[in-house]
Amino acid sequence: MNEWRYWLGEQRGTLTGLAIFLAMFAVYVANHPAGFTANVVHTAANKGVLLAFVAMAQALVVITAGIDLSVGMIFVLTNCLASWIVVGAALPTALGAAAVLVVGALCGALNGLLVIYGRLQPIVATIATGAIYFGLALLLRPYPGGSVNEALADALTGRFFGVIPSSLVALAAVVLVVWLPFRRSVIGRAAYAAGSSEQAAFMSGVPIRRGKFMAYLLGGLLAGMGGLFLTFFTYTGEAAYASGSAYTLWSIAAVVLGGVSLYGGRGSAVGAIFGAFAARTTGDMLFAFDVDPLWQPLLQGIVLMIAVSIGSLALLRVRNRLDWFQ
Amino acid sequence: MSETSESRVSIRARLPGFLRRADPAVLTAFGCILLLLLFGSLYSSNFLSLDYLLQQLKVASFLGVVAAGMMVVILLGHIDLSVPWVMTTGAMMACAAAGFGSMGIVAAIPVGVLCGVAIGLLNGVGVAYLRIPSMIVTLASNVVAQGLMVVYTGGFSPQDSAPPAVRWLATGALVPGLPNAILVWLAVSAAMIFLLTRTAFGRAVYGIGNSERAAFLSGVGTRRVVMTAFVLSGALSAFGGVLLAGYASKAAQAMGDAYLLPSIAAVVLGGTSILGGRGSYLGTVAGVILITLLQSILSVMQMPEAGRQIVYGAVIIVMLLLYGRAPPNR
Repeated sequence: MNEWRYWLGEQRGTLTGLAIFLAMFAVYVANHPAGFTANVVHTAANKGVLLAFVAMAQALVVITAGIDLSVGMIFVLTNCLASWIVVGAALPTALGAAAVLVVGALCGALNGLLVIYGRLQPIVATIATGAIYFGLALLLRPYPGGSVNEALADALTGRFFGVIPSSLVALAAVVLVVWLPFRRSVIGRAAYAAGSSEQAAFMSGVPIRRGKFMAYLLGGLLAGMGGLFLTFFTYTGEAAYASGSAYTLWSIAAVVLGGVSLYGGRGSAVGAIFGAFAARTTGDMLFAFDVDPLWQPLLQGIVLMIAVSIGSLALLRVRNRLDWFQ
Repeated sequence: MSETSESRVSIRARLPGFLRRADPAVLTAFGCILLLLLFGSLYSSNFLSLDYLLQQLKVASFLGVVAAGMMVVILLGHIDLSVPWVMTTGAMMACAAAGFGSMGIVAAIPVGVLCGVAIGLLNGVGVAYLRIPSMIVTLASNVVAQGLMVVYTGGFSPQDSAPPAVRWLATGALVPGLPNAILVWLAVSAAMIFLLTRTAFGRAVYGIGNSERAAFLSGVGTRRVVMTAFVLSGALSAFGGVLLAGYASKAAQAMGDAYLLPSIAAVVLGGTSILGGRGSYLGTVAGVILITLLQSILSVMQMPEAGRQIVYGAVIIVMLLLYGRAPPNR
């Protein structure tokens, strides 16, 4: 009878993320000179989708109580790779896109291997693999350049029926094909259990290692998808260090805004998507309110700091003073 | 079985004292330094010349100062990812202070270091009192510091060339033939060894790294110690930035970006456990020299930036797999 309460309890973070996004987007659109038109929504969607993919990738890893500081670099690496191989006729393009996604998944799998089977700290291990991925990206594209199959790119970044941004449709399709099956499978449940309490999960015979490994692997795949989309938007590949680290940083902020606990076991990748759109809207709001461009990095940084600090304040979870030290 | 262990004990017992007590990781790091020198001397004949080695030590001293701060934080089991922009902030503010007349020139170095202290304090309060994961706070404060510097340098362009005192500290030679930067690094190192091995603070740092709960129950003011460690790291990073500005004779945006990964790598290569509580300062010194020699050899071999990034990443991972693995708790 009261099952909706449990459902609500589970989805609280995601719903909070949605509420934050809707409130911010409403303020943004109200202050936008053009108002609520298909063009404004299209631009916002296209900007937000890139971060949404990377944030989903981060969410999968954070749910297992890990962190992936290499997502931004996987994003950059797959962007550089896609600018080489997603070209030509239909078949080579399809094969190229598949290869890009496989490379993304392999990067994620390497992180997973090091963290789970190598028993390394996720923070330092992924900083190190991030350096490797960025190095590979630089090897592929020492200078910005390259091209992409423009027909496919325009199809995936345009609009359906003149109204619905097709990038949003692609994002929804990825949620349906990647996230929901994962969430409902034994492996996905294991990833949540491992994040919530690894010891208890192990004692209950949950396949925690496989669960965590799949989370890292799918995280790489999703970051690769983000890189593929970046190529569709820009038509080029560029090994930009600043862009990679910014995406890593904002993916963490998006995950927190979307109600995923940095301590693991709580939240969903759908929440991270809302968090990503909310994070993107903060940047757009500064434009809408006509803030001096010089001050924008500082204001964004302060917003980011407040958001992640509130989201991860362990002080609020403390019941007695010994709980400080967990 | 018992015989073999006995013979092993006797071999250990026969070693000289300093070798018996030394950390195998530190010995490996020094061994790797010798190997790199050997390899380098095969590649180029003046690799072993005194001038070249002093030059390497001078370059290493900037990284050494930064890595000293990073080590204290890592010993606690935390991490400081705000190094790049704390360094840049320190360098920029020191140069900017020198623009304010003769008072400014005197105050340049303290101003730069104090800016690092301020950001370190922000990190420390966040980690120690608000219990936010150190990675999150320091990533965010890195962005805030970057934003502040963009506002500061964009609004009114401050002086960015390093004042003579800073330049002298980085490139001058108080003792003929021995660059001042090396003396500074030696002084910082002596202070760090004293701090870590001879003071209550140092004991507390190792204790907290092993088990903060146990340290708290033994009466250590763990929050104050953690906060102080982050302040120390901020101050040393900023000081490293000031020295670097003196070496390059100017401060520039993003000048600290190339120091985050090497500073973590140096600490980890020196055998300090990334989980906290274990490691000696001598190891960090070895790690810094090792990283600098590696950089030098890679640039002598004309390895592009891409290759360098890959080598760094791979070296860190290999060293972590050797020393930095979590215990198998199942």
